[in-house]
Parts: sequence; C-alpha cells; structure tokens
Amino acid sequence: MTAYLIKRILWMIPMLIGISLISFFIMHLAPGDVTSNEASFNPRASEESRQKLRELYNLDKPVITQYGLWLKRISQLDFGNSFASHQKPVLWEKKDKSGNITKGLIQESLPITLMINLLGIFIIFSISICLGTLSAVRQNTWVDRAITLFVFIGFAIPGFWLALLLMYWTGVSNQWLPISGLHSPGFQNFSSFGQFIDLLKHLVLPVSISSLSGLAGISLYVRNGMLDILHQDFITTARSKGLQENKIVFIHALKNAILPLITIIGLSIPGLIGGSVITESIFAIPGMGKLFYDSVLMRDFPVIMGILTIGSILTLIGNLLADIGYAWADPRVRKGLVK
Amino acid sequence: MNIFLKNPLAISGLIIILIILIMALIAPFVAPYDPNFIDINSILFPPSIDHLMGTDGLGRDVFSRMLFGARISLLVGFVAVGIATLIGVILGSLAGFYRGWVDSLIMRFVDIMLSIPTFFLILAVIAFLTPSIWNIMIVIGLTSWMGVTRLVRAEFFSLRQREYVLASETMGSNHFSIIIKHLLPNSLTPIIVSSVLGIASAVLVESGLSFLGLGVQAPTASWGNILTDGKEYIQFAWWLSLFPGLAILITVLGYNLLGEGLRDVLDPKNKN
Repeated sequence: MTAYLIKRILWMIPMLIGISLISFFIMHLAPGDVTSNEASFNPRASEESRQKLRELYNLDKPVITQYGLWLKRISQLDFGNSFASHQKPVLWEKKDKSGNITKGLIQESLPITLMINLLGIFIIFSISICLGTLSAVRQNTWVDRAITLFVFIGFAIPGFWLALLLMYWTGVSNQWLPISGLHSPGFQNFSSFGQFIDLLKHLVLPVSISSLSGLAGISLYVRNGMLDILHQDFITTARSKGLQENKIVFIHALKNAILPLITIIGLSIPGLIGGSVITESIFAIPGMGKLFYDSVLMRDFPVIMGILTIGSILTLIGNLLADIGYAWADPRVRKGLVK
Repeated sequence: MNIFLKNPLAISGLIIILIILIMALIAPFVAPYDPNFIDINSILFPPSIDHLMGTDGLGRDVFSRMLFGARISLLVGFVAVGIATLIGVILGSLAGFYRGWVDSLIMRFVDIMLSIPTFFLILAVIAFLTPSIWNIMIVIGLTSWMGVTRLVRAEFFSLRQREYVLASETMGSNHFSIIIKHLLPNSLTPIIVSSVLGIASAVLVESGLSFLGLGVQAPTASWGNILTDGKEYIQFAWWLSLFPGLAILITVLGYNLLGEGLRDVLDPKNKN
C-alpha cells in the first residue's frame, strides 16, 4: 500500500510538467504575442500594462528560457497580479510594504466553488445510488422506464437553459428562491442560523443545476453495474441460501456496485469544475468559474493562466484521492492481490 | 439494416436528426424572413401567424433565426467531432499497434489532457484567440479526442494478436495497410458510437459558449446566442428562451438516442 502511494504521488510530477507545457503552449497561441493581442482587444491597455505583460511572461527572452521561467513560477504557485481587479494577487494574499494584506482572487473564490461542487457530488451520489438501484431491481417496469427517460433528458438538457427556466419560475414569477449571489442584502444583521438558511436558499438552484447531468450519468452507471452484479454467481448462491432479497440487494450487491463510483468521482471533477463557469455566471456567484469567465472577457491573462493551472492541479489531487480511496475500499487492491 | 429499423432508440434518434438536417438545408427557402433583418416596428412580438416563434429585441423573426441556427449547430457538431475522431483514430492506432514507448507516450498525453478541465481549456484558448465559429469548432475538436484514442487503442490491443492480422503481417503487408485494411474496419462500431455521442456533447458545448457570448458571434444566429437574448428579456418574452432551449434539448437527445441505439444494433452480441 505504501509503495503504491509513493508511486502514485511521484506520478503527479510528470503530469504537472505536461500541464505546464500545455498551458505554456496556449499562452503562445495568440497571434504575434499576448501583448499585441491584449492591446487590440482592450483599448484601455496602455503601453505600461503591455510592458508588464512582457515582463511577467518574459516575452523578450528565448522560448526555452520563457518556458523554464514559467515552470519555475508554476512550481512556486506564483501567478503574479491581476491586470483588471486593481492588481490583486492572482492566487494567495500578499502583504505590501505598509503591512496591508490584499487577498488573492483564487483564494477568495475557490472555497465557494469547492463548496458548491462538494455539495453537488454529495447530492449526485445519494440520489443516483437510489435511482440506479431502484431502476435495476425493477428492471423493465414503468419505474425503470421513467428513470431511463429522466437519464436521457438529464443528459440532453442544456444546464444554462434549465437554469433560466428555473430562475424565471422560482425567482421571478413566484419569488420562492433568490436567484443571484450567495447572500441576501443585509444578511450581516441575521442571526448565524438565519445566515445559514439564507445561504442554503441561495444554493438550491445553482447546486441542483450543476448536479443534474452528473445525476443522470451516474444513475445509469449504477443501474448497469447493479444489473451486472445481480446476475453473478455469488448473488445466485446468496439467493439459493434463502437470503432475503433486501439483504442481497442492499448488502451484497450494492457494496460491489458502489465501489467503482469512487473512481467516477475522480473522473467527474474536471467536468464539475469546468461546468461551474456557466452555473456561477448565470447565478452571479463569486466563485472561481465566474472569476474565470470575467477574466476571459477582460483578457486578464495572469488570472486565466492561474485558474487553468489550479483547476488542473485540483483535478490531479481529486484523482489521487479517488485512487487512494479505491485502494483503501477494495480489499483486493488493499491486500495487494490485484494491481 | 433490419435490426436497425427494429430498434426504437436508433430509429427515433435518426428521425430527429434527419428532420433537423432537412430544416437546416432548406432554411434559406422556407425561412419567412431574413434572419438578420432588423424591424423596429415589430420588437418582442409574441408568437403569432406572422411570426411563428415571435420576434426578438431587435424585431428579428425568431423562427427564421432558429432555422439558420440549426445550420450552425449541425456544422459545429460534425466538424468538431470530425477533427476529434481523426486525431483519436490516428493516435489510438499508433498506440494500439506499436505499443511500448509509443503507447506510453500517447497515453500519458491523454492523461494530461484529461486532467485539465475541458471547459477551462476551451475558454482559455478562446481568450487568446478570438471567438469565431471556426475557432470554436477547432478548439472543441482539439479538446475532445481523448475518448476515441482510448477506444481505438483498446480495440487494437484485442485485434492485434488475431490470426488474420498475424498472417497478414507474416506475408509482408506493411503496417499502414494492416491498420487500414484489417484493424480499423473491425474497430468501426465503437468509433461510430462514440462519434455520434460526441456530436451531442459538441452541440451542448457550442450552445453554452455562444450563450456566454464567447461562441458564435452576432449577428450570426445560433441557438445559444438566441438564448442570451432570452436571458435579457426573460421577464417579458418567454418565447425567446423556450424555443432555442427546446431545440438544443431535442437535437442532443436525438444524437444520444441514435448513439445508444447504434451501440445496441452494432453489438455482435445482439445479432440473431
């Protein structure tokens, strides 16, 4: 197990180098150099800010040196300061000479995105395990068909469209739920329980929208996994022993069907993080997705590069945790019987 | 062919896609108005006989814009997936045929691409280039080939040791012709299924990008950017949000049904 862990962690190093190469390549996609591109799109870009860009990315040095310096900065997680948001640091807070602390943009927005996505993952798994199991146990009945229909629609429905419809229905025409931001005006005066309820209300729509397509996909996955397992020999044995059907489904089969979901969590992270761009910008939630969207509109390159890199590192960490979780949960892997 | 016609998923998917294809092809002949014609006397008209799907904030006919939007949707889907499939087939063939370090190199590249959140990657590229329909198609294509690569590689792994492949190799056929003549034709099923499903997700990504204003640019109509207007006028003009969203939903559903149906039909296990 320890050897596996060490190998798995060391494995992240070449991955990080690959990510740095791809992001470096993207930075150089701009025709000419980033500076001329920025100037042509942002009329407010002064000669001074162009000079800053050149310094930040060392654009006057040879390409190899530029990449070396970029790699060095990634390894120190230094992404410089934003162009657009009053020169705020991109990643983490910095102290200026007079001792004032300026918070980093990602530092402020990442916890919000993480909170929404973790809630989303929790909801996806609790609901899709129920739906998938129900669908498998009642195979080819109307329950199964209804769930399959839901899965197909969930796959096909554009999240931003559903968001618009729900915003209109629950927010504009009925005013049941708040439709933008994370807090009501004046929430500072609420009791802490009131603040919590206020936050929950604001989270209902964005979390449901961001979990919908995952919900569809994973319900289908659980259904197919369950069907596979319910036809295996050990289940037949359990049945012939006269074990109750409930015990067979919920104890013997479900355990095996849920195991691969740990890997699926890891694989679904990039999609969830990427999807936060649309959800957060529709609901005006100040998370990393909205920050990324705003930065793309303003061509705030240091922030774009910072979020791209941090998003990838988060995915790597997520995959690592999923692999460790799987190794820990599956006795065959834990005892080193299977690689 | 017969089993295809008997598969309800595949047939309903195919019919949906064909209807949209026909609408897109005949758009210039059946559209009642010029999709970009601005009429300040008919701003935000609700659906009526004159304007089947109403008009938008600039008085343009939404039905005509929807018809032309179908062209964008189909074009983006096919071109983006074409690019992705081409890259995927080439890299997957190399990895699956040569194995060893070629395989390791290509698969590590796949792993790296998969660890960058795709939507971030697409948006970052668009921030450095300019949003245009061609850039969108290329970027979606360049960021979605990893699945096909893995599929083709896995198929080649299982086909590589079959007698007919070994025989062909012993008889001195060159590698290229073995891949083209023997390996690829036998791997077509998963490639076709994943391409059809890939079109569905390309359509969703394009509409999302256009909705955010980073995809197809005005005045060209796309379902995504009609929805952007819909968001603007959501309190007064429900028709601006309803129709484009439904169109995207139905199109994506169509490709998904077709893809899943084809998977059932082409699966040799179901042949009887």
